[in-house]
Amino acid sequence: MCTTCGCGDASLVPVELHEKILAGNDRAARHNRQHFLEAGVLALNLMGSPGAGKTAVLEATARAAASKGWRLGAVSADLATDNDAVRLSRAGIPSRAITTGQACHLDAELVHRSLHDVAWRETDVFFIENVGNLVCPAIYDLGQAANVVVLSVTEGEDKPLKYPTMFLAADLVLVSKCDLVPHLDFDMAKLDDALTRVMPRPRVLKVSARTGEGLDQWVAWLARQRLEHGLVGKVAGLAAHTHPPAKR
Amino acid sequence: MHEYSLVEALITRVEAEARTRGALRVHGLSVRLGELAGVDAGLFQTAYDTFRAGTICAEVPLTLKQVPASWSCPSCRAAVPRGGPLRCPACAEPARLDEGGDALTLDGIDLEVP
Repeated sequence: MCTTCGCGDASLVPVELHEKILAGNDRAARHNRQHFLEAGVLALNLMGSPGAGKTAVLEATARAAASKGWRLGAVSADLATDNDAVRLSRAGIPSRAITTGQACHLDAELVHRSLHDVAWRETDVFFIENVGNLVCPAIYDLGQAANVVVLSVTEGEDKPLKYPTMFLAADLVLVSKCDLVPHLDFDMAKLDDALTRVMPRPRVLKVSARTGEGLDQWVAWLARQRLEHGLVGKVAGLAAHTHPPAKR
Repeated sequence: MHEYSLVEALITRVEAEARTRGALRVHGLSVRLGELAGVDAGLFQTAYDTFRAGTICAEVPLTLKQVPASWSCPSCRAAVPRGGPLRCPACAEPARLDEGGDALTLDGIDLEVP
């Protein structure tokens, strides 16, 4: 446009952004992450197919982790019902339901809002049980310290190859319902092989919520995560702090 | 599925940029979609075509560039073949996903400004 009298053609400006479309969600997730870490809480995003055994694994975790003295908490997402939150609360993991309506995944904003209704600050380990879905939840950062994907032996050995984005996002895969293996034509070696083709660093634990198999290793993994994220030594609900030595 | 909420985020971002720059019109936008971004290109395009109606993007063509997932070794830079174990065939280092393979990015907007 002519700067003398304001006449002339408008100009076409190419604006370069190179910005993630999920930048808004990522920002909200960073806030959640900061809150969790400052409060000394290990927050985990638990994902998996509907029926993979997410809730059952958490119920069993409450028993398996009892000797640790950890305070556990959860929010549990489903399109409808609060059944999972009720089960978890009964198992000793105080939980609230997030009923998403038709949303097939959690996002950081939904998680943030849900935290107003649950005593997460006082927990040592806080589970965000995502909607049962191996597709959409993988791409939404919620502010968790780590992603745990539950994959049951009844889902087939090639499941990881079918859902590479989800397994790429996994920090740990819990292979669940291992007590059923004798009743199935299931080849664990094939599953392990499939995981190496979608995860550069496959971290896999074989568990059974029913028999307790593998749960000690799962609890040990949780303890290591708390250590690696600098959460040990923080009293639940308070960030540890030191005072400088008094002057003499 | 979630393509709608992604398109909504995209259009909101375009509207904000247009407002900030006092733009008269949006002429084009370009998005890069990685193979492992967890978003289906066809569904994304359809969602865009559908939900841009009534927005600043109503007549705006979307240039959607798909980025295939490729892997390489972070140590020796060797390419790690698709479909195989994600470890360097030469030195066994865990493979690294090459840039763009898992991202959904708004690269740019063409704006008409006064």
